Amino acid sequence: MTDTPVTRAASATPSRVARKIRGLSDRAIAWIFVGPTIFLLLAINIFPLIWTIRLSFTNFKANRNREIEWVGTRNYERILTDSDIWLNMQATAHFLFWTIFFQVLIGFTLAYLINKKFKGNDLWTTIIVLPMMLSPAVVGNFWKFLYQPQIGLFNYIVAFFTGKDPSSFEMLGSVQLAPWSIVIVDTWMWTPFVMLICLAGLRSIPDYIYEAAEVDRASKLRQFFTITVPMVLPFLMLAVLFRGIENFKMFDLVVQLTGGGPGSTTELTSINLKREAFEKWRTGYASAYAIILFVTVFGLASIYVKALNKVKER
Amino acid sequence: MKTLKLASVSALSIAAASLANTAQAEDLTLCWAAWDPANALVELSKEFETQSGHTMSFEFIPWPNFADRMLNELNSGGKLCDLLIGDSQWIGGGAENGHYVKLNDFFDAEGISMSDFADATVYAYSTWPKGTENYYALPAMGDANGWFYRKDWFAREDIQAAFKEATGRDLAEPKSQKELLEIAQFFQGREIDGQTVYGASIFTERGSEGITMGVTSALYPWGFKYENTPGSYDMDGAVNSPEAVEALEFYKEFYETATPPGYTNSYMGESLDAFKSGQVAMAMNWFAFFPGLYADPNTGGDKIDFFVNPPQNVAGSTLGGQGISVVAYSDKQDAALEYIKWFANPEVQAKWWDLGGYSAHNAVLNDPGFKDSAPFAGDFLEAMGSVQDFWQEPAYAELLLAMQKRLHDYVVADQGTAQDALDKLVEDWTEVFEDEGKL
Repeated sequence: MTDTPVTRAASATPSRVARKIRGLSDRAIAWIFVGPTIFLLLAINIFPLIWTIRLSFTNFKANRNREIEWVGTRNYERILTDSDIWLNMQATAHFLFWTIFFQVLIGFTLAYLINKKFKGNDLWTTIIVLPMMLSPAVVGNFWKFLYQPQIGLFNYIVAFFTGKDPSSFEMLGSVQLAPWSIVIVDTWMWTPFVMLICLAGLRSIPDYIYEAAEVDRASKLRQFFTITVPMVLPFLMLAVLFRGIENFKMFDLVVQLTGGGPGSTTELTSINLKREAFEKWRTGYASAYAIILFVTVFGLASIYVKALNKVKER
Repeated sequence: MKTLKLASVSALSIAAASLANTAQAEDLTLCWAAWDPANALVELSKEFETQSGHTMSFEFIPWPNFADRMLNELNSGGKLCDLLIGDSQWIGGGAENGHYVKLNDFFDAEGISMSDFADATVYAYSTWPKGTENYYALPAMGDANGWFYRKDWFAREDIQAAFKEATGRDLAEPKSQKELLEIAQFFQGREIDGQTVYGASIFTERGSEGITMGVTSALYPWGFKYENTPGSYDMDGAVNSPEAVEALEFYKEFYETATPPGYTNSYMGESLDAFKSGQVAMAMNWFAFFPGLYADPNTGGDKIDFFVNPPQNVAGSTLGGQGISVVAYSDKQDAALEYIKWFANPEVQAKWWDLGGYSAHNAVLNDPGFKDSAPFAGDFLEAMGSVQDFWQEPAYAELLLAMQKRLHDYVVADQGTAQDALDKLVEDWTEVFEDEGKL
């Protein structure tokens, strides 16, 4: 027998075990390998999900020693008819839409510029990606200082360009400005991530396609819209998917910046859910809330992934 | 020979005593918020360590996370804390959920009488259900929300003259809430020594309890009541009464016209910072901070003075402070009870006050020299005579967060009217009490 790693491993297997395995079908062996993973998946993901669904139909409170009562669909009805929760949903949608819009726009532009060969290209790439290496808690804290109306650099920069008094506006304290203040910080932090994905897309386009276009005398603009954009689109859509999922569950950055305020203006669904589950301890109600959010994200993500696959097939 | 025998017996006794001591010595962990009085307690507890042979460890959590961290600890049956100085509002949940050890038998056995402590503190920090003789804590730290101001600015002739000209009266400590606002508005945006200063720093924090503690400091002087009939949970007409609406509108006006820009989420720390940095003429905060403020080299001493939360329709201050409880999940309950016994001692309580803690023991409070023992001692006594506390129900967190939301939406985010905010609050609280089976 040839001496290979496989034959060495086989000869090292105790004969008792080897005999047992020899009697098993391929399917059984496959189950032996996959089994532990499936067990872990069931224990860590599926069982808690089923348990959460069960709790969502009860009045259970994790901090109370009292009998659990079935309340039917009352938790779901309360959530779906609560105007405050719809306001939280709107705040989340505003945050999601505008962060993704700006991150894609700026991220793609940066990637396009960085993709051009110029001196110091690598250095600029490193500098640009620095924000996403920081902890969201740190970013939240220092932007809080930057937005401070009396000493904050941001207010002074705006004042420099607009001639306004720096302390005449409050980015975090104003109902109109606070939703934009969190969009700005998230965009500052996560645009480099989108840029990196776009850069990977741009660098995957073979040069000969552009060369062929040049031969066909296609203009730069035509090349951009008929080669660059279509070929980067799957990457861009992937970036949107990642950022969308991440920002739907955004918590730390916004808590540090505004705590959900002023009032409930920047109280995203994840912050509201955390309050219901771990501050008010309305476990049953929070479970129903979590299920509604799960179904929403799962549904939207499924539709999006189908669209992404169609784009890739083209 | 006799001497030898005596020496041997003595040596054996000492050895036995040390062995016994070693066997019983425990390392107790006391949990509390991280603030000035906690440092004083560390100092005070050294005496307990020497006397008892036990060692003390401390777990101090910053205020914004204190409730979250500690309630999670209790709810999970954690053994981190043997002793807990928990907020007054936790007493209902602590008692009903079995987190705190009931102390009645222990008090009886050790001769600790609750009548030795100020009535308001026993009622607020120790009893559940309210007003019954079921004790789950020993009053540890009396506290209320009060005010402090720049005495040196108030004393300046140019400022006094300007104030007289503006208002027609002398600049002095306010005697009503409306006078308080008038003074704050007078200082708002004023130039003092080349620096723009502001009226006052008040509580507006959204996340934990800040804005509720601030607004109740206006609601109580207007005569706010939680229920029409105590114990009935009948809130409509009480919580949203015309007086409550007026008080809430007052607080919003205060926030909009007399506070520094950007103070949209400020609580204890921000209030202290605003005052110490010379930004504000007045600030609200808990009496617990007053010893530290008085000792501050820049803004303390001759530059600072204190006053009780001014009345409007009635006298009223928001209650702070805590009782000390033995955690039911602790394996060292006997040693923890020893600490409580030691802490209840009048001499220890006197030392507690000297170190900067606020004793609630009558022997300290009724001492003839107490009022003059610190510039804020008289105000503290006055405040404790008219304190009112938030709900102490087991569902207090739900009640508190609902109020935080409604108040912040109205005061800071400028949404709706005061009447809307309080009406919605009644709806929220009614829902909570319905879920609790109390309505």
